[in-house]
Amino acid sequence: MRDRFITTATALLDEDPRLAVVLADISAAGFEPARAAHPDRVINVGIREQLLISAAGGLALTGIRPLVHTFASFLVERPFEQVKLDLVHQDVGAVLVSALGSYDWPAGGRTHMSPGDVALLDTLPGWTVHVPGHPDEAELLLRDAAADDGLVYLRLSEHQNSEPQPVAQGRFLTLRQGSRGTVVAVGPMLDAVLAATAGLELTVLYAATVRPFDGAALRAAVAAGGGPAEVVLVEPYLAGTSVPAANAALDQLPHRVLGLGVAQEELRHYGTMAEHLAAHGLDAASLRARISSWLG
Amino acid sequence: MTPTPTPTPIAEPTPTTTTDRERLLRLMSRMTGAEKHSPAAHSTLDALWVLYDRVLRVGPGTAADQDRDRFLLSKGHGPMAYYAVLAAKGFLDPGLLPGFGSYHSPLGHHPDRLLLPGVEISSGSLGHGLPLAVGTALGLRAQGLTDPAVWVLTGDAELDEGSNHEAVEFAGAAGLNRLHTVVIDNSSATHGWRGGIASRFAAAGWSTATVDGRDHAALYAAFTAPHPDRPHAVVAVVEPKN
Repeated sequence: MRDRFITTATALLDEDPRLAVVLADISAAGFEPARAAHPDRVINVGIREQLLISAAGGLALTGIRPLVHTFASFLVERPFEQVKLDLVHQDVGAVLVSALGSYDWPAGGRTHMSPGDVALLDTLPGWTVHVPGHPDEAELLLRDAAADDGLVYLRLSEHQNSEPQPVAQGRFLTLRQGSRGTVVAVGPMLDAVLAATAGLELTVLYAATVRPFDGAALRAAVAAGGGPAEVVLVEPYLAGTSVPAANAALDQLPHRVLGLGVAQEELRHYGTMAEHLAAHGLDAASLRARISSWLG
Repeated sequence: MTPTPTPTPIAEPTPTTTTDRERLLRLMSRMTGAEKHSPAAHSTLDALWVLYDRVLRVGPGTAADQDRDRFLLSKGHGPMAYYAVLAAKGFLDPGLLPGFGSYHSPLGHHPDRLLLPGVEISSGSLGHGLPLAVGTALGLRAQGLTDPAVWVLTGDAELDEGSNHEAVEFAGAAGLNRLHTVVIDNSSATHGWRGGIASRFAAAGWSTATVDGRDHAALYAAFTAPHPDRPHAVVAVVEPKN
């Protein structure tokens, strides 16, 4: 997905003079051709992540639409006050595009994992959060975000599904219908969720955009299922991040919500993405066991 | 949001006189409630006045023009001098000054750019204005606007924030020649600056000047000194805070 971001953003710079790419060394080599073509609109501030976000705020104050990119740990967590003040409080827009999510590079250890990024952005108003599950979805959502004016977080990951889905910005897709409950699969969790729920009479919704949360789709899925409002969220970041949003969507109904995702505790293991997904109970077999047990 | 007041007409800029300063102090005296920030407020008064009166190419009628000069008050603490200068220059109705800090007033103890036309950034948290100014200078350059100047005012203690050093180093390396910083040095940094503040900017490739922050002629000369190919920092030394 990171490669697709580079090729798409490079093309967008040619098409739209309002756009700039702002980097902090990460992916700078990939943007070298774009920098050569647009030296004033491909800006690498060096390893300076506070400046990365603040400079994006300053660019936006002049009418530029900045596409701001580095690893999620350094894009959201490290300069969080800059995100809060130099984008949100200044009332300017930007597109933050991360790479490496919660478990993409386990051999890199905790310093390069950011399972709390979406939860952190939930403390601020106005963010649209895209969590694509495939490079084709990432490209579409990036193009939409570049043409928009608001605050957008595009969370790119090495983890992806085998096939793209026909995503529409802000809408959950209904991939299966069943009567025993509803599972919302976010972005790259879809393949595992589809495998885990095979034959279980569950509705499966797919979310490539989680903020705003498509509460109407969730309510419709619960109503169409005809059964009790039993909802499972499967997210590739901190477990439970979207539970408040699901609760808000269902506040007029008796309901139960189970939030699955990355555990808050540090694993303190290196290894592979597959090992970390299994350790967090997010592989298909673990998900099937946890969902079946919870539904009873 | 409070309705935008009608700007008060102002006279043409006049040579700096004691009368100007007395008028500004009278305007400042109409704001009460943030006495803790009073030294911070007075420390900026002369630099702000010289900038708005003689240097910045922006006024109430051009505050939304894309080719205006930008002034970013990073040192958002104690903004009374800033509000007084904005009132004297017609950006805001002096009648709003007594409401300073009250619920419906657009004049907070830290400024909010959404509440007050002419205010370029919302500030108060230290270490944000200079990095924002770097982005502003980059944004103007990316749009081919090489004429507007970007000014940012910080304090010496504010420079302790590491975010400023990211901005200083980058601006020097990138040769952002339309970027200008005024550092109000009232000796309030806890550990001080070995070698002086200007030396840090100079080491990063900036043009620098250090002047008496109460001397309007010296401030004007420093503000308007040529600095081709590099950003410019003016350290305005005023009496110590304590």
